Amino acid sequence: MNPHLLIAIPLLPLVAAVIAGLAGKFIGRAGAHTLTIAGVAASCALSLYVLKEIYWGGAAAFNGPVYTWLVSDGVHIQVGFLIDRLTVLMMSVVTFVSLCVHVYTIGYMSDDPGYTRFFSYISLFTFSMLMLVMSNNFMQLFFGWEAVGVVSYLLIGFWYTRPSAIFANLKAFIVNRVGDFGFIIGIAAVFSYTHSLSYEAAFAAAPHIVTQTLPVFGGVNAMSLICIALFIGAMGKSAQVPLHVWLPDSMEGPTPISALIHAATMVTAGIFMVARMSPLFEYSDTALSFVMVIGATTAFFMGVLGVVVNDIKRVIAYSTLSQLGYMTAALGASAYSAAIFHLMTHAFFKALLFLAAGSVIIGMHHEQDMRKMGGLGKYMPITAITCWIGGLALVATPFFSGFYSKDAIIEAVGASHLWGATYAYWCVLLGAFITSLYTFRLLFMTFHGEERFRHAQAEHGHGHDQGHDAHGGHGVHEPHESPLVVTLPLIALAIPSVLIGYFTVGHILYGSYFGNAIQVLPAHDVLAHMAEEFHGPALLALHGFLGAPFWLALAGLGTAWLFFLKRPQLADAAARKFGWLHRLLIEKYYFDWFNENVLARLTRGVGLGLWKAGDEGLIDGAMVNGTAHSVGWFGGVVRRVQSGYLYSYAFWIVIGLAALLGWFLVRA
Amino acid sequence: MHDHLLSILIWLPIASGIVVLMLGERNVGAGRWLSLIGSVATLALCVPLWHDFNTHTAAYQFVEQVAWIPRFHAYYALGVDGISMPLIVLTAFMTIPVVIAGWRVITKRAAQYYAAFMIMEGLMIGVFAATDALLFYFFWEAMLIPMFLIIGIWGGPRRVYATIKFFLYTFLGSVFMLAALIYMYVKAGSYSIAAFQALPLTLTEQRWIFFAFLLAFAVKVPMWPVHTWLPDAHVEAPTGGSVILAAIMLKMGGYGFLRFSLPIAPDACRELNMLIITLSLIAVIYIGFVAIVQPDMKKLIAYSSIAHMGFVTLGAFVVYAIVRASGGLQGAAMGMDGAMVQMISHGLISGAMFLCVGVLYDRMHSRQIADYGGVVNTMPIFGAFMVLFALANTGLPGTSGFVGEFLVILASFKAGFWFSTLAAVTLILGACYSLWLVKRVVFGPVGNEHVAKLTDLDGREFLILGALAVAVLLLGIWPAPLLKVMEPTIHHLVAQAVATKVPV
Repeated sequence: MNPHLLIAIPLLPLVAAVIAGLAGKFIGRAGAHTLTIAGVAASCALSLYVLKEIYWGGAAAFNGPVYTWLVSDGVHIQVGFLIDRLTVLMMSVVTFVSLCVHVYTIGYMSDDPGYTRFFSYISLFTFSMLMLVMSNNFMQLFFGWEAVGVVSYLLIGFWYTRPSAIFANLKAFIVNRVGDFGFIIGIAAVFSYTHSLSYEAAFAAAPHIVTQTLPVFGGVNAMSLICIALFIGAMGKSAQVPLHVWLPDSMEGPTPISALIHAATMVTAGIFMVARMSPLFEYSDTALSFVMVIGATTAFFMGVLGVVVNDIKRVIAYSTLSQLGYMTAALGASAYSAAIFHLMTHAFFKALLFLAAGSVIIGMHHEQDMRKMGGLGKYMPITAITCWIGGLALVATPFFSGFYSKDAIIEAVGASHLWGATYAYWCVLLGAFITSLYTFRLLFMTFHGEERFRHAQAEHGHGHDQGHDAHGGHGVHEPHESPLVVTLPLIALAIPSVLIGYFTVGHILYGSYFGNAIQVLPAHDVLAHMAEEFHGPALLALHGFLGAPFWLALAGLGTAWLFFLKRPQLADAAARKFGWLHRLLIEKYYFDWFNENVLARLTRGVGLGLWKAGDEGLIDGAMVNGTAHSVGWFGGVVRRVQSGYLYSYAFWIVIGLAALLGWFLVRA
Repeated sequence: MHDHLLSILIWLPIASGIVVLMLGERNVGAGRWLSLIGSVATLALCVPLWHDFNTHTAAYQFVEQVAWIPRFHAYYALGVDGISMPLIVLTAFMTIPVVIAGWRVITKRAAQYYAAFMIMEGLMIGVFAATDALLFYFFWEAMLIPMFLIIGIWGGPRRVYATIKFFLYTFLGSVFMLAALIYMYVKAGSYSIAAFQALPLTLTEQRWIFFAFLLAFAVKVPMWPVHTWLPDAHVEAPTGGSVILAAIMLKMGGYGFLRFSLPIAPDACRELNMLIITLSLIAVIYIGFVAIVQPDMKKLIAYSSIAHMGFVTLGAFVVYAIVRASGGLQGAAMGMDGAMVQMISHGLISGAMFLCVGVLYDRMHSRQIADYGGVVNTMPIFGAFMVLFALANTGLPGTSGFVGEFLVILASFKAGFWFSTLAAVTLILGACYSLWLVKRVVFGPVGNEHVAKLTDLDGREFLILGALAVAVLLLGIWPAPLLKVMEPTIHHLVAQAVATKVPV
C-alpha cells in the first residue's frame, strides 16, 4: 500500500482544520465549510479505497513508520501506521460519520457566531481520531487518545459563556485524565517488559509477560496489571462506571458533536483499544472478567437512567453509555469482533438518533425537554421516520443492523465461562427490556400523542440548546421540518442503520473478516461456536423473533406505550409509589453528588491544608521565618555582647580561651 | 569566530547591557532597540552553535581556555556539551520575549531594567558555558545580583520581603557549594570541573559534597521543602523577572545536579537517591495539590513550576533505583533525557504562562483569579494562546510538556510500579490546576466591567506568544533533534553516575 496515500488520510482533515482555525476570517464561513468538508470527504473516499484494497483486493496489512519522533536510550519512538482490517473499518466509520456531521453542521450551526471555529474543531477531531486508530505504537495511541480528549473538551465548552458548559468540559477532561492516568501506567508497564513502544513488540512479548509477577499489592500478574491499567484508560474514554459521569454532562456541547464525538467515534476509542490489544487481554482472565463486569454493569444501570430523564439528548446519552457497556461486556467475553461490529452499527444508528434529536431541537426552536414536545411526527416527517429507524435499530429489531450486533453480544456473554459471566448475562439480557423502554418512551413522547408544546410555550420561553434564538418570542411556534442539509445526513445514516448488519454480519462477525487483526485464544472463542450455527442473515433474523431479547424488547415497547402514550398519569403514579427508587435514579445513583461533595471537596481541602499548614505554617512559619527570628534573636544577643566595654571583651576572651584549651585537653 | 563563540555569547549581551546603562534613561528608546538587537543577535549566534555542534561526542566543544587567576589555578575556561548547549539556546531564546514584553510597560528606570536583563542573560549563559568551577561560581553568584535588583526595584508591594527571602535562600545554598568546590580544589589542585569529576573521593567526602551541592541546587530547582521562596519571588517580580526566573534560573538547579552531583559524588548519590526521589515525588503530588487552591495566578503557576521540576530531579536520580530494581541500565538514559527535555519544555511553557499573566496584569493590574472571568469574550486571540499553554502545562501530547514527563514516567516504571504511578498523578493534578485556572479566567460570561473593556493582544504580544507557541508545538511534535544533540553526553553521564569513585 502506498504510504503517502495513508498519510494523506489524517493529514487532509488536519490541514483543513488549521486553515479554518487560523484563517477562518479570511476564507469566510462558506470557505471554512467547503474546505473542511472537502478534506474529510477525500479522507473518507481514501479510507473506503483502502478498505476495498484490503478486504477485496487482498492487499497485505501495512505496518510502517512515518517519522521518528525521538530516540532515547536506544528506543526508537516513531509515529507510524498499522493498517489492517480492524483499522480500516474504524477509519471508514469515523470518516463517514464525520462527513455526515460536517454536512449537517452547515444547517445546525448556521446562525452561530462560532461557525468557522466549529468546523475547525470537528476537522481537528477527525485528524486526532484517525491518528488514534491508525497508530502502530503506544505513544501515538496516547497522542490520539489525549488529542480527541482535548477537542472534546473544546467542543463541550464550545458555548463558553454558559457556566454549565464550562463546568461540563472541565469535568470531562479531568475524569478522562483519571482514566489516562491508568492508561499511561499500562503503557509504562508494557514498556518495562519490551523496551519498545510498538504494538508488534508488545504482542510478541505477551507470552513472556504473562509469566511475570509484579511485586505490588502482594504480587500481581504483570499481564493482569497491564490490561486492567490500560482498561482504566478505556473506562475514562468510553465512559464506563464509575468514570461515566462526564458523558451525560457533555451534552452541553452542540448536537453535531454529541453525534460525532460522544456517540459514534471518540467514546468508542476505548472499545477499539481493547480490541486492538486483544493479544494482550487474551492472556488475562482476571482482566477480562473485570472488563465484562464493568461493561455489563454500565449496560444495565446506565440504561435505567435513560428512562427517567426528560432532556431528549440526555436520554440518548444514557443510551450511549448503556450501549458502550454492551460493547465492553462483549470485549470481556472475548467477543472482540462482536464489540467492533456493534461499535460500527451503533455508530450509524446512534449518530442518526443524535442528529434526529438535533433536528427536533431546531424544529422546536431550541427546546430539549420532551415533556414540552409530543405529536411532532406530522410536522417533521423525515426526522420522525429516520428517528424511528434509528430507534428500531437500537432496540435490536430483527433485520435491523442493531439486531445482528446486539443479539450476538448477549449470546456471547451468555456463552462465556469467565468469573462474573452469569451476572453479566443477566445485565445485558434485561438491558434489552430497558433499551426498548427508554427508546420507545423517547419516540412516543417526541413524535406522538398530545401536542404539549402548545401550552408549554405559553408559560415558558425557549430551551437552552443555543444561547440565542433567531426567532424571537411571538406566540406559539409551529414546529417545522429541518432543511435539506440536516435531513440529508439523516437519510444517509438511516440506510446503513437498516442494512449494514444484514450485509456484513456474515463477514465481520461470523466470517474471517478480522483475520489475525484480532486474536482470541481457542478456550475463549465463544463466537466460533456461534458461527457454526450461523446459516445466513435472514434465517438468523427470523430466529431472532423467537429469542428472549426480542420478547423483552416487545415488553419494553408495551410498557412504554402504556406509560408514556396511553396513560401518562400512570408514569407519575409509579414515580410516586416508588419514591426512593425514583429519587435514586433522578440523582443518578449519587455519583455526581459523591464526586462534587466528597472528592472535589477533599481535593481542595487537601490542597488548602498542605498550603496553609504545610507551606505557610510549618515551612515558612516555623523554619524560614523562624530561622530569621532566631537570627534576629541571636543578633540581639551579639549586640548586647558587643558592649564596648574593654573588661567585657577581656572576660569573653578569657572564657573562650579556657573553653578552647579545655576542649583540646579533653581530646588529648 | 568559532574559537570565541561562547565568549561572544556571554559578553555580547553583557556589553549591550552596559551600553544601555550608559545611554541612560534619557536615551531609553535607543536602549530598548539596542537590547532587542543584542538579544536577537545572541540568539542568531546560537544558530552556528547548534548547527556546528558535533552530536557524536560527549566531550566539551567550542572550548576556550585562558588563565584567569593563576595563583589559584583558575581558568577562564568555557565549553559546551549536550546538556549545556540546549540550555544556552533556551536562555538566548527566552530573553527576547522578555525584552519585547517590557517594551511599553516598563516606564520606571527603563534603561536600567533592560540593562539588568541583558547583563543577566550573559551571566546565565556563562553559568552553562563555564567548565571551570570557580568561573562557574562567579557567574552563578553574579547572576543573582541583576535578579535581586529586578525584583527589588520593579517588583510588587511586598518586594522587599520577597527579595530578601530569595537572596538569603539562594545565597545560603551557594555558600556550602563554594565550600565543597574549595575542598575539591585543595584535593585536585585545579578548579576544572572535569578534574573534579575524575577525583577519587571517599564515601564520607562524597556525602559532605553531596549535601553541600544539594543545598545549592535544591534551593534553585526548587525542591520541596526549600521551595517557599519561589512563589513569593514570582508574585512580586515583574513579568520579565518571573519569566527568566521560571524559564532559566530554575534550570540551574537541574543543571547542577547533572553537571556536579551525579558525576562528582556518584557513590553518595547512589546511597542517597531515595532522598531525592522522595522529595521529587512529594513535589509532584504535594505541590500539585497546593497549586489547585491558589487564588493568585502567578502563585498557581509558580507552584505548578515546582511540581514540574519534580520530574527533572526524579528523571536525573531514577537511574539508581532502576539499577537496584532491574540490575541493568535500560531506562537510565531515558530518565535523564526526560529530565533534560522537561527543563527545556518547562522553560518555554512556564515562560509563556507568565507572559500570559503579564498580558492580563498590564491591563487589569490584578493577578487574582477572582477578578477575571470570561476574558475570551473580549480577548479571543489571547484566550486561544492561554488555553494552548495551559494544555501544554498539563502535559498534552503534541506539546513539549508531554515529552519529558512521558520519558520520565516510562523510565520510572523500570525502577518500580510506585515510582511511575506516583509520578503519573501529575496527569490528574496538572489538569485540575491548569484547566480550572482556564475555566475561571478565560471561559465563562464576561466577569465584570473591567473584563468587558479589555482589548485583545497587540502585535508585540502576539509576536512573542506566537513564537513560544510554535516552539512548544514544534518540540512536542518533533523532539528528535533535541534528543540527538544530548545523546552522547547523557550516555556518558549515565556511565559516570553508576561508576564508583571511592578509592580502593
